[in-house]
Amino acid sequence: MEFYLYLALFAPLAGSLFAALFGASPKTLIAGLVPSLLLLTSFVSSTILLVHILGGGAPIQVEMMTWMATGDLYIPFGFIVDQVSVTMMMVVTVVSTVVHFYSIGYMDHDKGFNRFFSYLSAFVFSMMVLVMSDNFAGLFIGWEGVGLCSWLLIGFWYHKESATWAANEAFIMNRIADLGMLIGIFLVYWNTGTLQYAEAFALMPELPTDILVLMGIFLFIGAMGKSAQFPLHTWLADAMEGPTPVSALIHAATMVTAGVYLVVRANPLYDLIPNVGLFIASLGAFVALFAASMALVNRDMKRIIAYSTLSQLGYMFVAAGLGAYWVALFHLMAHAFFKALLFLGAGNVMHAMHDELDPFKMGGLKKPMKWTFIMMTVASVALAGIYPLAGFFSKDLILEVAMIEHHYIIYSVLLFTAGMTAFYSFRLVALIFHGEERYKLFGVHPHEAYKFMLIAMAPLLILAVIAGSFKMTYFEMVTAVLPATEYHVHSVVTYWIMTIGTQLFVILAIAFAYKKYANSSVKVPDGTSKMENRLCYKILSNQYYIPYIFEEYLVKPYRELSTVLWKHVDMKIVDATVDGIAGIIYSTGEKTRDMQSGNLSTMLKWMVAGTVGLLSLAVVFGLAVRYSAEIKAILSGLGV
Amino acid sequence: MMEIGLNHYLILSTILFTIGLIGVMRRKNLLLLFFATEILLNSVNIAFAAISHFYGDLTGQMFAFFVIAIAASEVAVGLGLLIVWHKRHGTIDLDSLATMRG
Repeated sequence: MEFYLYLALFAPLAGSLFAALFGASPKTLIAGLVPSLLLLTSFVSSTILLVHILGGGAPIQVEMMTWMATGDLYIPFGFIVDQVSVTMMMVVTVVSTVVHFYSIGYMDHDKGFNRFFSYLSAFVFSMMVLVMSDNFAGLFIGWEGVGLCSWLLIGFWYHKESATWAANEAFIMNRIADLGMLIGIFLVYWNTGTLQYAEAFALMPELPTDILVLMGIFLFIGAMGKSAQFPLHTWLADAMEGPTPVSALIHAATMVTAGVYLVVRANPLYDLIPNVGLFIASLGAFVALFAASMALVNRDMKRIIAYSTLSQLGYMFVAAGLGAYWVALFHLMAHAFFKALLFLGAGNVMHAMHDELDPFKMGGLKKPMKWTFIMMTVASVALAGIYPLAGFFSKDLILEVAMIEHHYIIYSVLLFTAGMTAFYSFRLVALIFHGEERYKLFGVHPHEAYKFMLIAMAPLLILAVIAGSFKMTYFEMVTAVLPATEYHVHSVVTYWIMTIGTQLFVILAIAFAYKKYANSSVKVPDGTSKMENRLCYKILSNQYYIPYIFEEYLVKPYRELSTVLWKHVDMKIVDATVDGIAGIIYSTGEKTRDMQSGNLSTMLKWMVAGTVGLLSLAVVFGLAVRYSAEIKAILSGLGV
Repeated sequence: MMEIGLNHYLILSTILFTIGLIGVMRRKNLLLLFFATEILLNSVNIAFAAISHFYGDLTGQMFAFFVIAIAASEVAVGLGLLIVWHKRHGTIDLDSLATMRG
C-alpha cells in the first residue's frame, strides 16, 4: 500500500518536472499529455487507497525521511492516508485529472502551453503534500507550495497588467494570513513539543484554555487567508484573471478548501474551544450571505462563480465551526465537483465568445452549445441544492446542523443565502443560455468546445449528480476519525417542513431568476436603467466598496510610508553607510595607486619603509610581551 | 686603550647597514646600487662573524661564507644584466628602468 501512497504523491511531481523540460520550447502535445496521464496514475492510486480504507483497512502512515532533527525538535517528512486525507486525495486527483485533460483543449492555442502544465502539476503535488502530511510542518510546506503555484497561475498571462496585479494581491493576502498560521504552529510546538498531529492533539486537552483559544484563532487566521474569508476575501474574485481551468481547480475545488481541511484536521483542538468554533460558524454565515449578495448584481461570469465559491466556503465553515466536521468535508467534496464543472462550462462559454465575460452580452447560447448548457444547468441545480443532486445532500445538511444546534440566526441567514444562491446561479444560466441572442450584436460566432473536452468534463457531471448518494458510505468511513454526530431533526414533521420549505424557496428563486432574465426584453445594460442607479445596486456592484477602502486606507498610506522610509531611511542611512564603506575602499585604492610607479628606486624606498615598519611592530610586540605584567598593573591602576 | 668587544663590532655592523640602506634608497646609478647592496651584505657578515666568535660557535662564520658566495654569484648575474641593459639603452640610470609601470 505504501507504494500507492508514494505513487499518488509523486506522480504529479514527475509530471510537473517533465513538462518543465519543455518550458522554453513551443507547444508540444506530449508536455500536456504526460502530466495528465501521470495524474491519472495518481488518481488510480488514490482510488486503490480509498478502496483499502473503505474495506476497513488501517490508515497508512509512512515516514519517508527525517527532515529536521536538532535537539528536541524532530520533524520528519511523514505522510498519512486516513479517512480524512483519502477523501481530500480523491477530490484533488479527480478534479485535477479532469482539469488537466480539459486544459489540453482549453490551452490549445496558448503560447505557454508547456509551462501551464508544469505549473498545474506542481500545484497538484503541493496540494497532495498539504493533505497527506501527518504533521503541521509538512502541511505548511504544502500550504506555501499551493500559494506559490496559485501565484504563478493567476499571473500566468503575465503580459496583462491586471493579471500580475491580481497574482500579487493573492500572494500578499495569503502571506498576511500565513503569518497567523505560522504563529499558530509555533504555539502548538511550544506547548506540546511536537508537530505530529496525533501527538499534539493527544496533549491538547491538558493545556490551559486560553492557550488553546490562541492556537485555534491563529490557525484559523491561516485558514481565513487560504479560504478567502472576510476580510481577506478580495483576492479570490480578482484571482479570476488566471486561465479558467486554474479557476476551476485551484480557486474553486481544491486550494481554497484547504482552510476548511485545516479546521477539519484540527477538530480535536476546535472541539475543546467551542467559542472559537461559534465565531468560525458566525463568520462563515456572514461570508455566505455577504458573498452571495455581491454575486447578485455582478456582470462578470467568472466573478459570479467566484463569489458563489466564497459563499459555499462560508457554508463549510459554518458546519466545521459547529462541530459537524464530516458535514463540512462532505460539502467540500460535493462542492468541488459541481463548482469545477460550472467553471469548466464557463471556460467553454468564454472560448466560444472570444473571452467575453459579461453574460449580458451573450444570451441564447443553448442552441450552439447544447452540452455546455446541460452541464452548467446541472451544476447550477446541484449548487442550488435541488433534490436529488449533490448540493441537496450536503447543503441542506448544513442547514439542518444549524437548526439542530439551535443557532437559529445562522440557520435563517443560511436559508436566505440558499435562495440567493439559486437566484444568482440561474440568473447566470438564464443570461448566458436563454433569451435573445444578444451576442449577434457583437459579431461573435459561438461554437461548442472540442468533444474531448466535453468528455473530460463528463466525470464531474456524473459526480455532481450522484455524489449525494455516497452520503452514508462516506459517513461510516470518515467518522472513524471525525466526531460521529448524526444530525437528525427530532420530529419527522419538522424535517419535512424544513426540507420541502427549503426546496420550495429555492425553486421560487430559480423561477424568479428565469422570469426576470430569460426573456427577450433583457438588454445590455448601459448604466442608464433605474436599477443600476439604485444605491444598493451600486454598493453591491462595487463589492461594498471594500477594495476601495483597502486601496484608500491601507494601500495608499502604506505606499506613502514606504516612500518616506525609502527616501529618508533607506537612501540616507542604509544606502549611505554601504556606499560610504565602498567609497572609502575605492578612494584608498585611488590614492595609493601612485605607489606602483614602476620606478625601482621608489619601490626600494617602500620596501625599506615596510621593513622598518614591520621591525618596529615586532619590537613593540616583543616589549609588550616582555612587560605584560607591568602593563596590566598600570591598566588596572587606571581602572580599565 | 679600550678593549675591542662584541658591541663595537655590532655598532660597526649597524653603521654599515645604515649606510647601505641609505645607499639603496638614494642612489640612482645601478652600479652604485650594487655597491650599496654589497655593503648591506657585508655589514651582516661582520655581525655573523663577531657573534660567532663571541659564542665560540662556528656556525655563524660558515653562514658568512655562504653569504659571500651567494653575493658573488648575485653580483655576477647582476653585472651581466647591467651590461646588457647598458648596451641596449646607453644608460644605467634607475629612473629609465620603468617598463613595469602600472
